Amino acid sequence: MSEEDPNRFIADHVIGLPRSGIRDFFELVSAMKDVISLGIGEPDFTTPWHIREAAIYSLEKGRTHYTSNLGTIELRREICRYVDEQFGIGYDPKSETIVTVGVSEAMDIALRAIINPGDKVLYQDPCFVSYHPTVTLAHGIGIAIKTEAASAFTIKADAVKEAWEPGCKALIINLPCNPTGGVAERAELEEIARFAIEKDLIVISDEIYAELTYEGEHVSIASLPGMRKRTIFLHGWSKAWAMTGWRIGYACAPAELTEAMMKVHQYSMMCASIIAQDAALEAMKNGADAVQKMKVQYKRRRDLVIRRFHEIGLVCHKPQATFYAFPNIESTGLTSTEFATRLLEEEKVAMVPGTAFGKYGEGFVRCSFATGYDDLIEACNRIERFVKSLDASGSKISENAEVTRLSN
Amino acid sequence: MRIFSAIMNEVFKLLAEGERLNESQMAEILGLSEKDVDAQLAALQEEGLLLGWIPVLNPSTGSDNIVRGVIEVKVTPERGGGFNRLAQRIARFDEVESCYLMSGAYDLLVVVKQSSLHKVASFVSERLSTIEGIVSTATHFMLRAYKEQGYLIEQVEEEKDRLDVTP
Ligand SMILES: Cc1ncc(COP(=O)(O)O)c(C=O)c1O
Repeated sequence: MSEEDPNRFIADHVIGLPRSGIRDFFELVSAMKDVISLGIGEPDFTTPWHIREAAIYSLEKGRTHYTSNLGTIELRREICRYVDEQFGIGYDPKSETIVTVGVSEAMDIALRAIINPGDKVLYQDPCFVSYHPTVTLAHGIGIAIKTEAASAFTIKADAVKEAWEPGCKALIINLPCNPTGGVAERAELEEIARFAIEKDLIVISDEIYAELTYEGEHVSIASLPGMRKRTIFLHGWSKAWAMTGWRIGYACAPAELTEAMMKVHQYSMMCASIIAQDAALEAMKNGADAVQKMKVQYKRRRDLVIRRFHEIGLVCHKPQATFYAFPNIESTGLTSTEFATRLLEEEKVAMVPGTAFGKYGEGFVRCSFATGYDDLIEACNRIERFVKSLDASGSKISENAEVTRLSN
Repeated sequence: MRIFSAIMNEVFKLLAEGERLNESQMAEILGLSEKDVDAQLAALQEEGLLLGWIPVLNPSTGSDNIVRGVIEVKVTPERGGGFNRLAQRIARFDEVESCYLMSGAYDLLVVVKQSSLHKVASFVSERLSTIEGIVSTATHFMLRAYKEQGYLIEQVEEEKDRLDVTP
């Protein structure tokens, strides 16, 4: 590094952070035309009108100021009512919930509030792209827990135990899971909870996809005996209410933990946008029907995509929640990145390589079915053509230069 | 009325989403054969759940001389039949697009579509008001449509500006 190189100013733990694999892929896709993207991790629906209208009204009323650091008390009351009703966990709106700039910020302040340098944090893998980097930015050490297709990408208590090592302080779980669509049975969660208690772990539970559960019950680990006091519950409106661009979410946790998160939030973010808070309040009060309507469509699209993958000959478990399918592409003989890159170049369909979500994502690609029927049908036809062409050519090894460039 | 079968229900809900899908696409989405979809659509129509396939047209464009009159009609109900006989009689006119029994200050709401004001007026004065049992009518003319059967008209297009790939 030369004396002139601006890199010399950058902190070591930031320089060391890998760029998100999503970013690489995004650049490849956006340079191309007429791509059908199944790579988008957000709803295709626009935020329901009544929610947008509430935000307009809020602006008209001149609601343009800072709010309490924790968020408006009206919204916090609705959050606590909702979390109690839907998840069966009681929190005090005055001291046990904090409104954040998305679950992204909630995850960040949760980790920064609890992690001392060198603390180890267990997290499921494959998982949402930000978990490991956020742990690193909080000066923690991330330890991946393997989740597998064989168990439909649930977190097995045994895998948690296997990954655990001395110095582990926290466990991050995301059920239902982006990118795998994995969910957990109550019994499995109970065993994980017992282990968390035994090892005195604090659990950060990101339940942002809970509403988009199509089969079975969603159980929050925070609702299990002994867990409320050692869990930080994260949730937000981005997915089920189609509000990604509003940047709003929340955390619920015992008062002491909420207070600690509040300190980090107070000095970095101050408060979440008041307009987004007012919109979220409307979503809490009157959004259930709209959520239900979107959910019905996601489910139908899921059934379509899963059926087509099976017809095509790609092994894929049926996700019971989320808008992601996570097909196994090993039968093609390609790596995730090779598959995704060649599919993009040869058939103009974008799916994100599983490795963008962690090392255990190799052999898989993430297919987001938050897209209209026309595109889904056409994309599946193209995928079919692509997979057949691989079978026909018999060449299991890619000779594509682009692939090697990307897989680095 | 027959009870909805599960498949019929699925077909019906998909239709109600209002996307333009042909039968092969519907079959693909629902995992049915085209023949099944076809049979279900026929059944829906037979059962009178699906009335027809008139497209939802934008009332403010296309043909310039379409006039819609919305007519509030008061009638004297009849012993035995109530409003039905009169309402059905009115509904049969080709000019009548829809006809509803209403609660409140009047009894029937009749929507009439014609090619001129004059024609609506003469329909009201010559056909409607002369029917025995009709007490009074009040005719309003529709000026502009903002939403037609669930479809928004002439508004700022919602931009679909999602990025190509996101986490
Ligand atoms: C599992 C998971 N957590 C958190 C987020 C971020 O959500 P927010 O928009 O609330 O920051 C996402 C978005 O993709 C996600 O998939």
